[in-house]
Amino acid sequence: MNFEFSADQIQLKDIARKFLEKEDSVKRARAVLEGKDSYDEELWKLIGEMGFTATSIPEEYDGLGLGYLELCVIAEELGRSLAPTPFSSSVYLATEFLLKLGSNEVKQNYLPKLASGSSIGTFAHTEKNTAPTELNIICEVKDGSISGTKIAVPDGDIADFAVVSAKEGSVVGLFLVDLNSDGVERVNQPTLDPSRSHASLTFNNATAITLGSAKEGWENLQYILDRAAVLFSFEQLGGAEASMNMAKEYAMGRFAFGRSIASFQAIKHKLADMYIAVELARSNCYYGAWALSTDAPELATAAATSRVSASQAFNECSKENIQTHGGMGFTWEFDCHLYYRRCRQLAANIGSQSIWKDKLISSLERANQL
Amino acid sequence: MDFNDTSEEAKFRKEAYEWLKANASLKKGPKDGWRAASEEEGLEQVKIWQNKLYESGWACMHWPKEYGGRESTPIERVIWGQEISKFKVPGGFLEIGQGMAGPVMMMYATDDQKARHLPPMAKGEEIWCQLFSEPGAGSDLAGLKTKSVLEGDTWTINGQKIWTSGAHFSDWGILVTRSDPTAHKHKGLTYFFLDMKSPGVEVRPIKQISGGANFNEVYFTDVKIPDSQRLGAVGDGWKVSLTTLMNERLAVGDASGPDFEEAFNLARGQDLNGSLAIENGAVREKLADWYCQKSGLKFAKYRNLSALSRGETPGPQSSITKIVSGNKLQEIANFGMDLMDSAGILRMDEAEADQSMYQYGFYGAAGIRIAGGTDEILKNIISEQVLGMPQDMRADKGIPFNEIPSGNK
Ligand SMILES: Cc1cc2nc3c(=O)[nH]c(=O)nc-3n(C[C@H](O)[C@H](O)[C@H](O)COP(=O)(O)OP(=O)(O)OC[C@H]3O[C@@H](n4cnc5c(N)ncnc54)[C@H](O)[C@@H]3O)c2cc1C
Repeated sequence: MNFEFSADQIQLKDIARKFLEKEDSVKRARAVLEGKDSYDEELWKLIGEMGFTATSIPEEYDGLGLGYLELCVIAEELGRSLAPTPFSSSVYLATEFLLKLGSNEVKQNYLPKLASGSSIGTFAHTEKNTAPTELNIICEVKDGSISGTKIAVPDGDIADFAVVSAKEGSVVGLFLVDLNSDGVERVNQPTLDPSRSHASLTFNNATAITLGSAKEGWENLQYILDRAAVLFSFEQLGGAEASMNMAKEYAMGRFAFGRSIASFQAIKHKLADMYIAVELARSNCYYGAWALSTDAPELATAAATSRVSASQAFNECSKENIQTHGGMGFTWEFDCHLYYRRCRQLAANIGSQSIWKDKLISSLERANQL
Repeated sequence: MDFNDTSEEAKFRKEAYEWLKANASLKKGPKDGWRAASEEEGLEQVKIWQNKLYESGWACMHWPKEYGGRESTPIERVIWGQEISKFKVPGGFLEIGQGMAGPVMMMYATDDQKARHLPPMAKGEEIWCQLFSEPGAGSDLAGLKTKSVLEGDTWTINGQKIWTSGAHFSDWGILVTRSDPTAHKHKGLTYFFLDMKSPGVEVRPIKQISGGANFNEVYFTDVKIPDSQRLGAVGDGWKVSLTTLMNERLAVGDASGPDFEEAFNLARGQDLNGSLAIENGAVREKLADWYCQKSGLKFAKYRNLSALSRGETPGPQSSITKIVSGNKLQEIANFGMDLMDSAGILRMDEAEADQSMYQYGFYGAAGIRIAGGTDEILKNIISEQVLGMPQDMRADKGIPFNEIPSGNK
């Protein structure tokens, strides 16, 4: 058994980390949060030039043809540095949908541009204040045109196209919609993490290209969400670890009652709890990475396990990082709240904790049928 | 033990309800709380409402009548609290004055000062702030460095305070300073109250994680305070501060924001995995936990009040309220957003939107767990002062104050 990333993958991770540090990714996240831009266009271009967007795309579509383990280590670093770019929407979701479900023509048209980052894709699924299910989706496709409204679509305002879930006849299928085409209206929707933009998308008989077979639409969707969940988990893991490190560093340099606050057992145990959460999440994320990269039958279980544990770790670390900073942690000026916000954004993005916990137990039930 | 009103209590309850009915409107539902469009507007509405309460004898009810109170019993205050919670009325801004400065003035100020300051405090005419924390002295409040020097009968103050809630709209402040840096840490402090418009006081807002700015840095440059505005003896500032802090935990204890009722109502109207969230076992368990916490705090408060009405002073037991309610709020905020799935993070402008309530709670809870004594400090207090467990080894005992490391270094 070798449950570790290879030397090359570790080197890639190091390159990604140094690149994002050099480019001041956290500062850029703050600039997007405070400014009017939806994302950091320059950082996005640089990420494209580094080839990160091309990682999992085969060479025949101008990608690098690397595996998913490589994408996992990049995701962790993007999460650690709060990169304010549409990477998750475009790479973990849109690219995956097209790779798995796109026709040759679709792949040829879209994948090279996704690989270079010159095109941005996203996934539009949510319609109201509750998780989308096969029964509650209202968006509808008839004769190749889509109508209806999606809300809280990450990067919906900047994406060039979206993969959209919609009913066709009695089943939910997946469709590709060019967001610059006729019959598409987008409205920016502010969220509690303005370093990542969101929008509502209203379709009024917009042209929709079918992805995969409609009959297997829901199943395909769950499969891609499972794959994406592993990658989201790595971003959450990176954010969690960064929050833990911030807390530790601050505690070491802050004095009260004549001693470093890091010497108080309450603070040491708090940090130890963060560490435990991060280590459990990291180990589960590796399990997810293995399942993703080998397309293992355990994917659904592994993905949900890593998603649940990484969400918990990020929640624990980002809130206790504020607590460790005392009053300073409650200020806009310190970066603690950037992580506190991103934690919620990532937790909301592909469905809430209760949905993933339910998926986890359901997949275990399927795997262990009596 | 008895929850039923005695006949006097019933009479009091009826009187309270009828006055409220005539002067305020009943809440239409759990979401129908008072909320102002801006801080200025909120302050204005609070002042108008508080004045009304004062004129009719419902302000600072436990205070002596000569300062605007009605000398009510603790039970009457509970009854008033129960009745007023049914109405949509302005709130906030006055806790530091009425809850903290008031009791300290009552104990340490001269009769003339009480007559001058307590009625405007009760009336909501003058707002107070608490100038305690400093950049290097929060949990370790006694590590504060703001200097006070006495010449003749005037003190000169130099230094900096931080995290001062409401300093930007306050008329008066309570202030702890270091009058003797050569004395032991807890011995060299002196306590004052001062006019926030005194020359040399500069207030600079600090933006907090939510984007709002409710607290401030306050700089003192050669600020003059007459010795008559000293509360307690020179060098006794620590003792006076402890009185203030004990009252603070009583005054600010309960976290405001979505609580059990809001979470319960949300779960009853929200789908989760194809059925109503309230039918989900995990949701029910969480709701049950929060209900028990809320109920425990409510009845703990009744027990404390019963002790008060027997003439006992409130003990550090009241510290549990802030720990439990701050953490409960943080959990409920996350729960509420989670229940709305991906749409939970949308920022809605409408005050009615469920999202905004949970998002305010999300930011607010992080502050409540720190303000007025962090969770960790309150747990130290419970273990050491309530349970009588030994203190941590003190690294700052027996060292001259100016040799103790403090702050960020
Ligand atoms: C919203 C808000 C409003 C506030 N309003 C006011 C106000 O109006 N007036 C005012 O004077 N102050 C106010 N404060 C300040 C507040 O009282 C302090 O922030 C608080 O006491 C913590 O101090 P600190 O910020 O210096 O953190 P620190 O004391 O530096 O604490 C940092 C971390 O170390 C931990 N720690 C410190 N000592 C110990 C120990 N012995 N054992 C274990 N852990 C320890 C703390 O729990 C915390 O997690 C406010 C704060 C907030 C957040």
